[in-house]
Amino acid sequence: MHPAPSVIIFTTFSGLGFGLLFWLGLDTTAPTGWVAFVFFAIAYLMAVGGLIASTFHLGHPERALKAFSQWRSSWLSREGIAAVFTLLIMALYGAGLVFFGAQWSILGWLGALGALATVFTTSMIYTQLKTIPRWNHWTTPALFLTLSLGGGALLSGRVTLAMLLLLAAAAVQIAAWYFGDSRLKDSGTSLASATGLGGIGEVRAFEPPHTGTNYLLKEFVHVVGRKHATQLRLITLLLAFAVPIAILLLGVNHVTALLAVVSHIAGVLCLRWLFFAQAEHVVGLYYGKR
Amino acid sequence: MTTLPTSTDKKLGLVIDLDTCVGCHACVVSCKGWNTENYGAPLSDQNAYSGAASGTFLNRVHSYEVQPADKAAQLIHFPKSCLHCEDAPCVTVCPTGASYKRVEDGIVLVNEKDCIGCGLCAWACPYGARELDAEEKVMKKCTLCVDRIYNTNLPEEDRQPACVRTCPAGARHFGDLGDPDSDVSQLVAERGGFDLMPEQGTKPVNKYLPPRPKDVEPEFDILAPYLEPIATDGKGFVGWLDKALSALPGGAK
Repeated sequence: MHPAPSVIIFTTFSGLGFGLLFWLGLDTTAPTGWVAFVFFAIAYLMAVGGLIASTFHLGHPERALKAFSQWRSSWLSREGIAAVFTLLIMALYGAGLVFFGAQWSILGWLGALGALATVFTTSMIYTQLKTIPRWNHWTTPALFLTLSLGGGALLSGRVTLAMLLLLAAAAVQIAAWYFGDSRLKDSGTSLASATGLGGIGEVRAFEPPHTGTNYLLKEFVHVVGRKHATQLRLITLLLAFAVPIAILLLGVNHVTALLAVVSHIAGVLCLRWLFFAQAEHVVGLYYGKR
Repeated sequence: MTTLPTSTDKKLGLVIDLDTCVGCHACVVSCKGWNTENYGAPLSDQNAYSGAASGTFLNRVHSYEVQPADKAAQLIHFPKSCLHCEDAPCVTVCPTGASYKRVEDGIVLVNEKDCIGCGLCAWACPYGARELDAEEKVMKKCTLCVDRIYNTNLPEEDRQPACVRTCPAGARHFGDLGDPDSDVSQLVAERGGFDLMPEQGTKPVNKYLPPRPKDVEPEFDILAPYLEPIATDGKGFVGWLDKALSALPGGAK
């Protein structure tokens, strides 16, 4: 898959933003006043910024409102509804904390549930696609949820929880790579089944349908970065998980905490780039590619 | 709504004969010609006159080499367009309701006024049947020439998809695959028509007919045995020459 920057930025930052909102919503000793304002500002910048970034890859963003209509069948539509619901509820909850020093817990719980639902629905947009066997697996929602909760815990200063959740996310990511590398082969979809000609003999793509490239090849057959996959996986593990966990273990102050967050964000950006760049769409088989 | 109908009155679709297709791409050209000036946004080209040309097509013809274990390789031309699946994954993923499958005839269409160009339907399609037009930024796909097949302004023989009408080899057939007595259903039954990627669970309406087995040509030329160019029995002048040359230093054994 083509790793579009808008989608990488969207999944990374909205995941972190909604993760932070989740912990703010559940916090029994929630911050109030200016401290609360800073936390909510960071969460909204990330969550809303990510959502806005996601509209950059739309052909007609001016029609984006129509995307709320098909919640009965479409995970993308459900995600939009979950995101707006969460942002509205958490805005009320945040206003209570910032301006009135009051914690309206029910709103917080509802918002936390909404944040979880938003991240889950985002992950299901990818998980539902049988055409991309690597994503069509339980590790995809597990990874999105653990990353979001772990990143949110890191941002909200929950040291032990952040360490545990980031460790869990790292384990899920390693499992996702382990299973993912053979998912296309295991899916049973091959050039033989794609053409139905496998019964005659070995099928080979002889000539593509055109001399140039096309939308399908640009969108679905990204091979440029795959050769550095091993190095990028190591960098991901180091930046997203190892460095933040090490900093948390050594004890944090404001400066090292910032370092842990920056390292984690850089690592997740790298992780998401791999998530797209390494994903093989079965349409590539028709072109003798993957 | 982008939920799929539980059943459709008809299952209009194509039957493509891989035995007959000669790979001339006439269906590709007629498809682009008709669909760029009729239903919906035109099909744009980018850098059409440079080395990096690309463009939107609703129908493309691949060519595959198939190598049987013990026979000569076969070249098979393979036209591919939307298969108007019964369980179309492209429809259910659409967040706006722009993509839909018609109850009356099963045709999968895009209402371009509702399309936000998110591309998710193209991600969901295993066949590469949907392309986002780079100029109009909306999703384009085969309409089964919905503006021809019901068009009473056209002479009756033209009321079929442009690709079918134009195919010089008669490799494309159009009809109701939901009716077991229709010509296309009969053809599928007779020739062993098959689905593409059945394991994806899309239940495509379009069917493909396999290439017929190659004939084994009988030996009909009585002189052929006397014209064998290479002596393998090692007798006579050629046999002596073979041995003599092999005996030279560096000669092939």
